[in-house]
Amino acid sequence: MPETIAFRLNGKPVKMSVAPDRTLLWVLRADLGVTGPKYGCGIAQCGSCTVLVDGRAVRSCSVDVKSVQGSEVTTIEGLEREGKLHPLQEAFVAHDALQCGFCTPGMILTAYDLLRKRPNPTREEVVAGMDDNLCRCGAHTRIVDAVLEAAAAMRGGLAP
Amino acid sequence: MSPTHAGASASIMDLPSRREFLRRVGSGLVVWVVLRRTAGAQVSEAAHPTRFIPKAADDFNAFLSIGSDGRVTCFTGKIEMGQGPVTSLPQMLAEDLDVSVDAVDMVMGDTELCPFDAGTWGSMTTPVFGKIWRAAAAEARGVLLELAADALGVPVSQLAVRDGVVSDTRDASRKITYGQLAGGKRIERRLTVKPSVKSPGQFRVIGKPLLRRDSRDKVTGRALYSGDLRLPGMLYARILRNPAHGASLRTVDTSAAAAIDGVVVVQEPGLVAVLHPLPDVADDALSKVRAQFDPSPSKLDDRNIYEHLEKQDLEARVVSHGGSLEAGRAQAARRYDQKYLGSYVAHAAMETHAALASVQQDKATVWASTQNPFGAREEIAGVLGLPIPSVRVITPFVGGGFGGKSFNLQAVEAARLSRATGRPVQVMWTREEEFFNDTFRPASVISIQSGLDSAGRIAFWDYEVRFAGDRAVAHLYDIPNHRTTAIGGFQGPPGVHPFGVGAWRAPGSSNNAFARESHVDQLASMAGVDPIEFRLRQQNDTRLERVLRAAAEHWAWTPAKAPSGRGLGFACGSDADAYVAAIAQVEVDAKEGRVAVKRVLLVQEMGLVINPAGARIQIEGGITQSLGYALSEEIHFKDGAIQDLNFDRYRLPHFSELPRIETVILDAPDLSAKGGGEPSVILMGALIANAVYDAVGIRMLQIPITPARLKAAMAAKATA
Repeated sequence: MPETIAFRLNGKPVKMSVAPDRTLLWVLRADLGVTGPKYGCGIAQCGSCTVLVDGRAVRSCSVDVKSVQGSEVTTIEGLEREGKLHPLQEAFVAHDALQCGFCTPGMILTAYDLLRKRPNPTREEVVAGMDDNLCRCGAHTRIVDAVLEAAAAMRGGLAP
Repeated sequence: MSPTHAGASASIMDLPSRREFLRRVGSGLVVWVVLRRTAGAQVSEAAHPTRFIPKAADDFNAFLSIGSDGRVTCFTGKIEMGQGPVTSLPQMLAEDLDVSVDAVDMVMGDTELCPFDAGTWGSMTTPVFGKIWRAAAAEARGVLLELAADALGVPVSQLAVRDGVVSDTRDASRKITYGQLAGGKRIERRLTVKPSVKSPGQFRVIGKPLLRRDSRDKVTGRALYSGDLRLPGMLYARILRNPAHGASLRTVDTSAAAAIDGVVVVQEPGLVAVLHPLPDVADDALSKVRAQFDPSPSKLDDRNIYEHLEKQDLEARVVSHGGSLEAGRAQAARRYDQKYLGSYVAHAAMETHAALASVQQDKATVWASTQNPFGAREEIAGVLGLPIPSVRVITPFVGGGFGGKSFNLQAVEAARLSRATGRPVQVMWTREEEFFNDTFRPASVISIQSGLDSAGRIAFWDYEVRFAGDRAVAHLYDIPNHRTTAIGGFQGPPGVHPFGVGAWRAPGSSNNAFARESHVDQLASMAGVDPIEFRLRQQNDTRLERVLRAAAEHWAWTPAKAPSGRGLGFACGSDADAYVAAIAQVEVDAKEGRVAVKRVLLVQEMGLVINPAGARIQIEGGITQSLGYALSEEIHFKDGAIQDLNFDRYRLPHFSELPRIETVILDAPDLSAKGGGEPSVILMGALIANAVYDAVGIRMLQIPITPARLKAAMAAKATA
């Protein structure tokens, strides 16, 4: 039975009537037309579907839409503010930290949560924090470099 | 920057024809580029994964137009799947046309707007297509200069051009832009004479590192892939799959699925699907389809497959030979014969196959994740019974291909389902379907007989490859008596493999390089000579020698015979006419059988480098990706069923498994551009195997070198 689910999506309120046990990923992609979160495996193994729920990285392929009731959901589309890229996005561009780009939204949002918890990570901590995100093109080394550079930029007082 | 027309989602229904598109971008100069069939003729069979030779190989291949605003729009059937032509092709064009790279827009992989292209694979975009592309730009520049000479009333020799502005060298105030020259006129011409492109000394754009042009779209979520596209009234499809290759559907009952509100069921020969306006509801509906299958007759599995491959009685083709094997055998003081196995490997692009099809009575439009839009068009037209020009395939960004998106089953499925339902239909394979339907890198068996003469040189080399194809099969070295025999080609005749196989990044090369470089390494060890020194003594190829010496120098290599206990491995090879040499250091956990790769250096000589930044990304990516097939990636199967259907069982390289990676690109601007995307993936099997041998004195004969295999080999050595 549909229920009313209300949450904020990329800063805007969303109120929808939806079966509460539907998967967040598909509600975002099909019902709400937000396609930044990608389907890669469906079993929380690859991280392509990662979104932020109240700032925490969540694999949207493996949670119900009701789990975000009352929460703030941020997808990759919501990271840019007033035409200005987030430092993580800037760093991914500056380091060419992607190829096909399919894993990129999940990589960036996973790194966002990592830096929230550890604003000044070591290289090893970045590697450990990103370890369960898969990239097939092999951009890993650049992704780690980009995350470290973004961390430094964010500590330097640039946009959060 | 988009590989397809701008605003793919917003204006998805707003599809211009080529003529209309040109009207929209403004009239201007058009140069047609002709790519003749011979241009790709030297590439091996494995690089042609389509089922047909393109019928229209002499048709126009690409063209560019210059709008009255001076922007250059380029049309190419090539596609962007991460390998970077969205950056490198404009770079080439900008160089020879003398415009800013930023003034170049790309339209890629749209069969209506872009002239025929045989497909994006085989590391051919830069070395083969790029030549034609640059020649087109040079010709366009020549035509524009003639127009400018008329307009300014001075001879061409008195003109200079920079960033799309032509000026009089004697009076710099007299100038005219490409946009002004092209505006109001429309000139079409075929390339008849070979125009002269710039030489390396004149380069201003080629050879300069340039950041990817698609990054901003890809870090903001604006980059759209086939599965991201939406059309009004569209349905998402889920398709009933066989549980095993060779199994056949006996009975199917879709009534419970059909009872779900909004579900549409399609049942056609060979295609049972449930569709719904929401993808997860379609998924639920599929789980309610009751189906019974007759089992697959296949009795093959990932252990007995090699015996099966070895006993296939097929014609043996001698690829190359020289000297006398008989004489070589007589000279051999010591023999070394060995057999090397390579497992089936998946492509496992992060984006699964996806397509969105809108089929009307006499016209079909299909957006597809494909490396081969024109091949997809033919496949779809054939299945729908439409004339080929009535089918339009558009390629949005592709989320990785590696050869696996050369076939277009998902596009055909979407087209069939759209016709059956009368509505737009999206097919996006699940990860399980992706593994099941993949055209794997084929398993292979390579046997090498060889011997060392009394001076420690290779006296003879008798190489037989089964099912790894003939690409990069040459032994590279200076060996007086040799023969190389290929059996079964790359894919073999139907029925040899229990499921689909096909091109996998640098088809066949990685298995051949694994066998060759493992074997040469063992011969070096037997000769008591350092592995790099052994290879240097055994070759007479200056390009090979250069990468060997450069690798040793950059690593600060200290010669020693293997096994030295240091865990250092070396391997070298050639693919797509580029040369690569690599050194790796590993640590072996003898108890767990685990190999930790600590450091990898790869030196690549690829002739003229268009975008050094892009080339470096490709090399790093190749190294990283190839760690998978060397250490962990293989398909397990039994009786036609694929047992590794998702990333919980099929293990891709993870961040924590990555070595320190160093890449060196050797300067060789006087050589034509060679393939850049594939050579770096071919060495990893041998590189790791040789490093393991150097660490623990055990020769691993099958890739991937899994903990189970390494432990078994160590146990066998301990009891020996």
